Amino acid sequence: MADHLLRLDTISKVYNPGEPSQTEVLHGIDLTLDEGEFVAIMGPSGSGKSTLLNIIGLLDRPTGGKLFIGGQDTGLLDDAALTRLRGKSIGFVFQYHHLISAFTALENVMLPMVVDRGFPDAQCEMRARHLIDRVGLGKVAGHLATNMSGGQQQRIALARALVMTPQILLADEPTGNLDTQSADDVFALMREVNAKSRTCFIIVTHNMQMAERCDRIIEVVDGQIRHA
Amino acid sequence: MTYGLPLEWIVAVRFLYEGRLQTVFIVVGIAIGVGVIVFMSAMLAGLENNILKRVLTTQAQIQVIATDQVARALRDPAQETEDATVQRPSQRVALIDQWQSIVQRLRDEPNITFVSPTTSGSMLAIRGEASRSITLVGIEPDTYFRIVKIPDYIVAGTARLTSESILVGVELAKDLGVRVGDKINVTSANGGQRVLTITGLLDFGNKGANQRSTYVALRTAQSVMGMIGGVTSLEVSLYDIYAAEDMARYIMAAHRVVAESWIKTNAQFYSAIQAQKATNTLIRLFVGLSVAFGIAAVLVVSVIQRSKEIGILRAMGTTRGQIIRLFLLQGGLLGFAGSMVGAVLGAGGLVYWHSVARQADGGELFPLMLEQQLFVYTAILATLTGLLAAMAPALRAAKLDPVVAIRG
Repeated sequence: MADHLLRLDTISKVYNPGEPSQTEVLHGIDLTLDEGEFVAIMGPSGSGKSTLLNIIGLLDRPTGGKLFIGGQDTGLLDDAALTRLRGKSIGFVFQYHHLISAFTALENVMLPMVVDRGFPDAQCEMRARHLIDRVGLGKVAGHLATNMSGGQQQRIALARALVMTPQILLADEPTGNLDTQSADDVFALMREVNAKSRTCFIIVTHNMQMAERCDRIIEVVDGQIRHA
Repeated sequence: MTYGLPLEWIVAVRFLYEGRLQTVFIVVGIAIGVGVIVFMSAMLAGLENNILKRVLTTQAQIQVIATDQVARALRDPAQETEDATVQRPSQRVALIDQWQSIVQRLRDEPNITFVSPTTSGSMLAIRGEASRSITLVGIEPDTYFRIVKIPDYIVAGTARLTSESILVGVELAKDLGVRVGDKINVTSANGGQRVLTITGLLDFGNKGANQRSTYVALRTAQSVMGMIGGVTSLEVSLYDIYAAEDMARYIMAAHRVVAESWIKTNAQFYSAIQAQKATNTLIRLFVGLSVAFGIAAVLVVSVIQRSKEIGILRAMGTTRGQIIRLFLLQGGLLGFAGSMVGAVLGAGGLVYWHSVARQADGGELFPLMLEQQLFVYTAILATLTGLLAAMAPALRAAKLDPVVAIRG
């Protein structure tokens, strides 16, 4: 069996196990995703989509089941190895962009490469500038994040998520905080990047119109996948 | 962007720069604390040095003298005391037995810098109709002047001593109506007499001392007092002046002599120095603590303010260790910057205070002692304080769950 980019085997997640407040959020999730896919995860609030995204993004560990990325069982990795894998293989775009306000747009995009410590300064800057140009914000590369509009900040966040050429890009409500025009622009940009790269996009959204423009919709209800 | 610096340095500096108002306030707070420490330490060291100088340049750190003469009770063969009342005999001027060998052994002690034999006693100084009682001290100038800085107190003439010369206090010179080059007659109680030429006048800043103090060559004193070859005391100086009491005890245990340290003969003054040191230490400790808590408070607030950014950095692959170092660096940088500004403040304050604070006689209250060492130690201490103070906030930041932090 050829390895999928991402494979979830009966993943479950229980918060506060053994305590009166124990909550089972995910129940036996099975899912596979491959390079170049562009999928939407939908579901009502509290259904477990964000928890699923955090587990796929290696920000959280499942309490049951196995998660494989590129064929590697992530359950066998310690925290430091998970952090390295996350830095190299996974990019994040959040609803509230979360750019670091002390840095300019260019520096924010360079930051994951600086964290990785594997690239010389010139290469970091060149790649970051290329991505900023690609998201159409070359003219504001030197601006502080706080001096940019919401749409611009989200584009910069997307450039930052792509700078390490991740295998997987996770976006949690990436357009949820943007006006319609900006949302359309950001979504179109993601599709364009997806079309030109092998990066697998996983987008959590409540927006049905946006979900319908994805290749596949995964519906999570009560911690289980209903349609995939 | 990186200029070859690790991520922690870049982010730490940017965080401090972005919150510059907060940074300026805490740096000023640290600077005031460091300034107080520098000011107090330098001033108190100067004061202590000044007082010590005044005390220890007019007397030896240890004075070795002969043991007291005591009367012993008579005992019968059955060891019963026959005469229970033992009167203390009057004390003659006593010479130190075998003083040459004691001097030799003391000079071999590693903590002892100089040993100088002296012969002293009460005499009468006569000039025409005028006569005054004096203390005549016979000294070996080569060693004695290294222990008691007589040349520093010369206000007229020189400190040169020959067998026919004498140094006298300015008050005595005034009372006798003499000056440098004049002769005076020195007479001892046992009839010894010598005419000596005044080669220098001394001013110790103390009227009593200036009225009685006279210095002659050792052999001259021995000759006038009829103590040929004998000495009444050995003056000792040490590398560590605060070890004087221990060394005095050691000398008494090793030789049949009495040794008195400056600590014992100036007990009140010594207690004052110790109290001053303790007070200074306490002030430094509490100022240091307030600086540490100030830094910790600012960084705790910073961790709360920046929890989302910490979460993002963690999501990008930043390790817990890097997050800890990021906040430790901020603490260290705040401490270091505060210490630099504080050192300038403290030194400036000290220079100003030194220029305006005067003693009653118009002399400087304390010598200006701005030692490089003090600044280096203060900078190191403030930086370490910053690092330690940042420990709790740093650990708190590193423990943040990125999921919770990003969600806010």
